[in-house]
Amino acid sequence: MSVSSATEVVDPVPGAGAPHLPRQPDLVQLLTPEGERVEHPQYSLDLDADELRDLYRDLALVRRWDVEATALQRQGELGIWASLLGQEAAQVGAGRALQPGDMAFPTYREHGVAWTRGVDPLHVISLFRGVDNGGWDPVATAFNLYTVVIGAQTLHATGYAMGLQRDGAEGAVLAFLGDGATSQGEVNEAMIWAASFSAPVVFFCQNNQYAISVPLERQSRVPLYQRAAGFGFPGVRVDGNDVLAVLAVTRAALAAAREGQGPTFVEAFTYRMGAHTTSDDPTRYRLASELEEWKLRDPIARVKAYLSRSGTADQDFFDAVEAEADELAARIRRGTTEMPDPPGTAMFDQVFAEQTPHLAAQQAAFEAYQATFEEASE
Amino acid sequence: MSTQTLTIGKALNLGLRRAMEDDAKVVLMGEDIGRLGGVFRITDGLQKDFGEDRVVDTPLAEAGILGTAVGLAMRGYRPVCEIQFDGFVFPAYNQIVTQVAKIHARSRGRLAMPVVIRIPFGGGIGAVEHHSESPEAYFAHTPGLKVVAVSNPVDAYWGIQQAIAHPDPIVFLEPKRRYWDKAEVDTAATPDPLFASRLVRGGDDVTVLAYGPMVKTVLQAAEAAAEEGRSLEVVDLRTISPLDLDPVVDSVRRTGRCVVVHEAPVTLGLGAEIAARVTEACFHSLEAPVLRVGGYDTPYPPSKLEEEYLPDLDRVLDAVDRAMGF
Ligand SMILES: Cc1ncc(C[n+]2csc(CCOP(=O)(O)OP(=O)(O)O)c2C)c(N)n1
Ligand SMILES: [Mg+2]
Repeated sequence: MSVSSATEVVDPVPGAGAPHLPRQPDLVQLLTPEGERVEHPQYSLDLDADELRDLYRDLALVRRWDVEATALQRQGELGIWASLLGQEAAQVGAGRALQPGDMAFPTYREHGVAWTRGVDPLHVISLFRGVDNGGWDPVATAFNLYTVVIGAQTLHATGYAMGLQRDGAEGAVLAFLGDGATSQGEVNEAMIWAASFSAPVVFFCQNNQYAISVPLERQSRVPLYQRAAGFGFPGVRVDGNDVLAVLAVTRAALAAAREGQGPTFVEAFTYRMGAHTTSDDPTRYRLASELEEWKLRDPIARVKAYLSRSGTADQDFFDAVEAEADELAARIRRGTTEMPDPPGTAMFDQVFAEQTPHLAAQQAAFEAYQATFEEASE
Repeated sequence: MSTQTLTIGKALNLGLRRAMEDDAKVVLMGEDIGRLGGVFRITDGLQKDFGEDRVVDTPLAEAGILGTAVGLAMRGYRPVCEIQFDGFVFPAYNQIVTQVAKIHARSRGRLAMPVVIRIPFGGGIGAVEHHSESPEAYFAHTPGLKVVAVSNPVDAYWGIQQAIAHPDPIVFLEPKRRYWDKAEVDTAATPDPLFASRLVRGGDDVTVLAYGPMVKTVLQAAEAAAEEGRSLEVVDLRTISPLDLDPVVDSVRRTGRCVVVHEAPVTLGLGAEIAARVTEACFHSLEAPVLRVGGYDTPYPPSKLEEEYLPDLDRVLDAVDRAMGF
């Protein structure tokens, strides 16, 4: 299996006509929005019934987590939440393409990838609750901490890939980024470095059509996957709401990277169904009709339709997943509301590997100062 | 009626509107500032009224925003760049420090850089990382840049207009957690000059200096101190670079004590420079060393800890006590 390197412009300038529903002969799809399994000349995928059901389970649980987190934010339990609603397939498909030895570098929205890496949802929640900057171990999970500064992680991913390459290690790196991020200088530098050193890194861009309020047209006049050609590596556009196609395309790209063929840019064409974050009001900048169009392409409904129709899963299975989702939601809710605040001294801990005498003195003064309040309240 | 009650956010919005009406060369640039009106709505409605050429939703690239601002300024435009949050100015840092700041000097005055860089700064809004930074010292340390910080709606309304009309590049710091604070603004008044500090409360015991979001905190501390019979004189610095310390020096010569308050980490913050200058000018009047209250020398913490990190009324009063104890 190889990765396509389409360079021919197939879309009109995005923004002319119907920007969010372009005709795309080169969109890799294995499962249509109606749940029909289709073949692609370059990308095939053979999953057994268990694997298919597992993907459905991932999608359903990740969505439930996300919905619960949004509710928790509304109830004041989280400072903010960046919802992945609508992007479940892109994230689960990409995450499940990773193999032992691979490493992922997320943005701040990759809860679905976190799930596939076995990260405890509460360790992601704690970041949005303001308890820490992400509670998981980025080494043990091979899932880096979230990066809030747009695009910075693409360079880290490239450097990590260069490290794997130097070590003759097996793995490859999956670097996540958004459509808006493609405008950052650092992201372009990452792609130049990756190409120059043929680094084993896959740039996985979730094109959810918006960077907060700014539509894709402001970031690019060509479909994003075509940018790759200019950097000298393949780019491919996949239906980001099709978990099978995302899995197949990302697997192929990671395999190519592991085999020494260098980087690939994957554009997962999807849509942010929710607000940018819970602080955002998308009704100010996009039409409800757009949302309606994308509802018809729901990433989970199509898998359910396929599983049912093909007899791969029955109602008992869906009921069981539903029950598991209820349990997960309850666990997240309980874990969030019971999550203790960090001690004040936490901000001094681990600023350095070797704390400076100055900071140690400052911490001691901080503790002494805090203690005066405790004495006063006793 | 020329007097209206405005929030800091609305005052900035109105000030930007005035500046755009006054000068067709004023161009607003930034992420999400157009249709959305900015994440804090500071530019709300301006794109609708002035068009997409004057209020530009830029690509997501801060180096691009500042770098193209330089070229536009060379063509006689007056770019007003919005950086969405303090922590996101750093991709533009290179352009600001190596280009914007130096072009007037390098061109021996042949090129002016009337660029305004608006940055919502400081903490206290319960945000995730990179949304609560106080980067003012980086800019104040850069020759060729001017830096101001507003603390109230009146200064917001006038200050943004004065900054835009000014011929030099200005980093214009907006106290994001105070965006919703209200005051009466007389839009027919004669404004105070931009680069001047202001005595905002008279007192005898200790001179307390602040700017931006900390002015309110210090005024609250002064209220509390008054109840205990202690009288604080409060100066809103308003301008960080250049500093306007004459009123401060006059004050400290009377009180003999000085405390500087800012959210930024204490080490090498504005307080360090101010302490040095005040000490030099007031050495013989000082009863106590100039004390600094600021953020700790740690990365800005997760929001559950920001109350402990940020200077508050108690920490200001603690410093006042220490100054009085010498
Ligand atoms: C350097 C930088 N500039 C600005 C921001 C503020 N910001 C946060 S998310 C965002 C939009 C990102 O859009 P995109 O890359 O498409 O990712 P998405 O949020 O759609 O997943 C912006 C401008 C930031 N986090 N970092
Ligand atoms: Mg996006």
